Amino acid sequence: MGDLKLTYQVDGGDLLQAGEASSKMKMTLKKLDLPPEVIRKASICMYEGEINMVIHADGGHVEVVVGMDSITIRLVDQGPGIPDVDKAMEEGFTTAGDVARDLGFGAGMGLPNMKRYSDEMEIDTTVGVGTTVTMRINIA
Amino acid sequence: MTVKELANVMALQEFCLPEPGRRVSGGYVGDLLSWVMGRAKAGDAWLTIMSNQNVAAVALMTDAACVVLTEGVVPDEALLRRAQQQGINLLGTKRSSFETAAALRKLLT
Repeated sequence: MGDLKLTYQVDGGDLLQAGEASSKMKMTLKKLDLPPEVIRKASICMYEGEINMVIHADGGHVEVVVGMDSITIRLVDQGPGIPDVDKAMEEGFTTAGDVARDLGFGAGMGLPNMKRYSDEMEIDTTVGVGTTVTMRINIA
Repeated sequence: MTVKELANVMALQEFCLPEPGRRVSGGYVGDLLSWVMGRAKAGDAWLTIMSNQNVAAVALMTDAACVVLTEGVVPDEALLRRAQQQGINLLGTKRSSFETAAALRKLLT
């Protein structure tokens, strides 16, 4: 059986609408009968990434590959980039504005959560060009 | 204990109950959504005062058994709609988060 490849667009702007791509992915993973904890981890990773894309990068797209042994989630945006990745990875550090904070986001936990729930995470970012975050979640 | 049983015992308001048979295995209190995603466990009853539609998305991603809006908070229309669409149990109470959590703790032990 070959890998299953899925692609989702994430619209920028409306933070209230965020989560649509993650919800769709979760429904698809459920149909594939994967272990609930694997689906949960992948869903949280993708949702946090989706929120980040809306807050910071005016959207982007997500490529998901479901293989036999792992799920790979790649978030691609053409946003402002992350000037200091180590700083961004610190729990509690945020550059999100008041609108995001009023909705309950911007606690500085997004990237740390993505790291926590993925088995491997890589951030490729260039200031002024964009950011690609790749996460792998093991199935077995 | 199921979500329906919890709603009955604690006299919670039922805004939306598409999965009454979901089992409640624990609880979590929090209003910062990423904090909730980092710490809440699958099967938790999630107590919060946030009432925008992102609450439904967070409950979906974390596999929360239900959301309990405390302190008399009611869901906005968009949250209610999204909860219905995504099968999220959405309950409410006039009691404080503290009182609700204490009562839940008693029920689960």
